[in-house]
Amino acid sequence: MELKVRLFALYRERAGSSTIAVAVQDGATVADLTAEVRRQLPNLAPPEVNIVVAVNADYADPDVILRPGDDVCLIPPVSGG
Amino acid sequence: MIELTYDILNPAKATDAVRRDTNGAVVTFLGTTRDNFEGKSVLTLEYEAFDEMAVKKLEEVRQEVMAEFGLEQLAISHRIGTVGIGEISLVVAVGSPHRKEGFLACQKAVDRIKEVVPIWKKEVYQDGSRWVACEDHEFAPPEHRHAH
Repeated sequence: MELKVRLFALYRERAGSSTIAVAVQDGATVADLTAEVRRQLPNLAPPEVNIVVAVNADYADPDVILRPGDDVCLIPPVSGG
Repeated sequence: MIELTYDILNPAKATDAVRRDTNGAVVTFLGTTRDNFEGKSVLTLEYEAFDEMAVKKLEEVRQEVMAEFGLEQLAISHRIGTVGIGEISLVVAVGSPHRKEGFLACQKAVDRIKEVVPIWKKEVYQDGSRWVACEDHEFAPPEHRHAH
């Protein structure tokens, strides 16, 4: 399946786009998705840092299974306030 | 009350929202934009939010903190977009029967907002810019190898 992935702040700037299309196997997890994102965009985040993912506007653990149509967003370190 | 807005914040909106005749205290926190970072002049700040999730997380923080301290009034306003130096970017107001819980709840709310709400700020300098709190995302320079 192909997922539309939204990027914010640092990730948006590094990717040069606020959305990317990412193809993953059916039944893929959040961890599978971030691995594919890193392959597509090696300059997004250094390999040693975790890429935080939100699915349908909630933080999602790496083992969460993705479904077609999910709203997937990559969340760089937050700094509100 | 939860508010995420491009407009200039008026703290009275949040404090008025939490005033009750049963409350003996209103504790307010104002986050204001600082003009310097490690000796560099900051010209302006740019805030970006994942709006839908930010509003949802702000409400979760509000509920969580009210439950923890047994309070019923907590208001949060967060500004996004370009915010000039010295302007208010965040207002947290807590209405409380007694001051102690008010102070504690206000501090906790601010701490949680900074931890979980998907809002980002970029400091803009004369010669560049920086996304705050993203130091861990800097790529390490290639390792020096000594020739023998």
